[in-house]
Amino acid sequence: MQTNIVTTADLARRIRAHALRMVHRANASHIGTCLSMADLLACLYGGILRVRPQEPHWPQRDRFLLSKGHGAAILYAVLAERGFFPTEWLETYCADGSLLTGHISHHVPGVEVSTGSLGHGLSIGCGMALAGKRDGADYRVFVMLSDGELDEGSNWEPILFAGHHRLDNLVAMVDYNKIQSFGSVAEVLGLEPLKAKWEAFGWAVREIDGHDHGQILSALQALPFQEGRPSVLIAHTVKGKGVSYMEGELAWHYRSPNAELLQKALDELGGCQ
Amino acid sequence: MRTAFIEELCDLAEQEERIWLLCGDLGYSVLERFRDRFPNRYVNVGVAEQNMTGMAAGLAMCGKIVFTYSIANFPVLRCLEQIRNDVCYHRANVKIVAVGGGLAYGAQGYTHHGVEDLAVMRVLPEMTVIAPGDPIETRLATRAIVRHEGPCYLRLGKAGEPTVHLAEPNFEIGKAIKLREGNHITLISIGGMLATVVKAAERLAEDDIQARVLSMHTLTPLDREAVLAAATETGGIITVEEHGVGGLASAVAEVLAAEGCTVPFRALHLPRKPASHAGSQEALRGVHGLSVEGIMTAAKAILG
Repeated sequence: MQTNIVTTADLARRIRAHALRMVHRANASHIGTCLSMADLLACLYGGILRVRPQEPHWPQRDRFLLSKGHGAAILYAVLAERGFFPTEWLETYCADGSLLTGHISHHVPGVEVSTGSLGHGLSIGCGMALAGKRDGADYRVFVMLSDGELDEGSNWEPILFAGHHRLDNLVAMVDYNKIQSFGSVAEVLGLEPLKAKWEAFGWAVREIDGHDHGQILSALQALPFQEGRPSVLIAHTVKGKGVSYMEGELAWHYRSPNAELLQKALDELGGCQ
Repeated sequence: MRTAFIEELCDLAEQEERIWLLCGDLGYSVLERFRDRFPNRYVNVGVAEQNMTGMAAGLAMCGKIVFTYSIANFPVLRCLEQIRNDVCYHRANVKIVAVGGGLAYGAQGYTHHGVEDLAVMRVLPEMTVIAPGDPIETRLATRAIVRHEGPCYLRLGKAGEPTVHLAEPNFEIGKAIKLREGNHITLISIGGMLATVVKAAERLAEDDIQARVLSMHTLTPLDREAVLAAATETGGIITVEEHGVGGLASAVAEVLAAEGCTVPFRALHLPRKPASHAGSQEALRGVHGLSVEGIMTAAKAILG
């Protein structure tokens, strides 16, 4: 376990640094949301997901769907770090002719689905989980949701469906960073009591600190949280986590760091060249 | 048409294990035969078309051929973004089936009139759009879309549509079926208007007007050759569709304009205006000239 934590911590640092450089180079938005889920992604790809980077369409792979498709940069980063494609590709993020679009694209190896309009991933994940159940396959389906995304009514249809059909091979993860596009979640459209909502829909819920690798890994190693129920991991996170001047700041949903701020961010992360 | 569809789908599912059927809590007295024979490949997802369509995409990404089924606008407009992003963008092997297309639910009011579906579906990337003309074409279309890899939209009538074809025609996606030869004028029909169009052609023949009749069952990809042949070989074109603007008429006009054809052209379709009164399918069609008389009047206007 200790080794895993060290490894995933290093992976988290590396993908944060990649994402920062990518949005800096592309003058792109959404770094805050990338950083809030960096630790979740590092743990997933560093020790939980059963995937084969050399065989991205391996039928028995675990599926990871990024429903909050605007967090594309850091998913590309972790896929590159895991060897799905060369890390040099990251330098083309959002550039003319690049496959690496600003919202996640299935044309990139390792990416299951393209999203960008919120509220799509969980239904697709439900379909994949149902296929797995009926086919007797043992893969699992992970869907990463944002908190603001839960405003979309389309999420609550699959939440209802998965509970009813007892899809315990389906795992939702909520990157609960408390800030959505134009204000705090509490101000715009409050989600609380969020745990009780999922429980009422038949899901087994765990709440964790989404930056504590020990908590993340131990939760993800305990899947399903309950036999016969879909699992949801509500991960309390901080938008912009890891870069002091971005943490908890709505502006970093939109802004891109200039060269000076990029260097400051990389210095803070430490351990990255 | 819906009976022909479900019977054919059951036959196909017997042979092809990848076929799944999802419904949005509609299909009473129709879908039971699939549900009972293939329970492991059937799901009533509930009254939740967005989830139905997203799930269909997910199932298709796991190798299934997935049919979604509901009535009129529900499997189309309610979940349009799921169709665009989840199905079309990923070229997922999903077949969207809408029963009661056009004015089949005439008396139920405008919410149940599927009269913009063809226009909306035909602009989506990767989407094959088919509206068969009778129960025979329905069976053939169902077979064809199972073989076709990629997103398809199948717009059906409801029940009791007359069988128009006397024998099983050759059916190919994107190839119009010529039901009647003629060189004075061409009547191009899509979907359930076919019986009316054939009848109009028979009546015109009594007046020595020989009308060519094309069943344009596939709107996208459109049979350009059949349209251009009609333009050069006959004295005019009339499109007939139980649909508003932007459907068959627009698709045919695009071909004619692009090729610089100046053939006389009339488009019979519904206005861009919700029906405000109840009416049977026949009654509502007739109000807007989608009738034997309406077609004959348009033909005679062109031929002077």
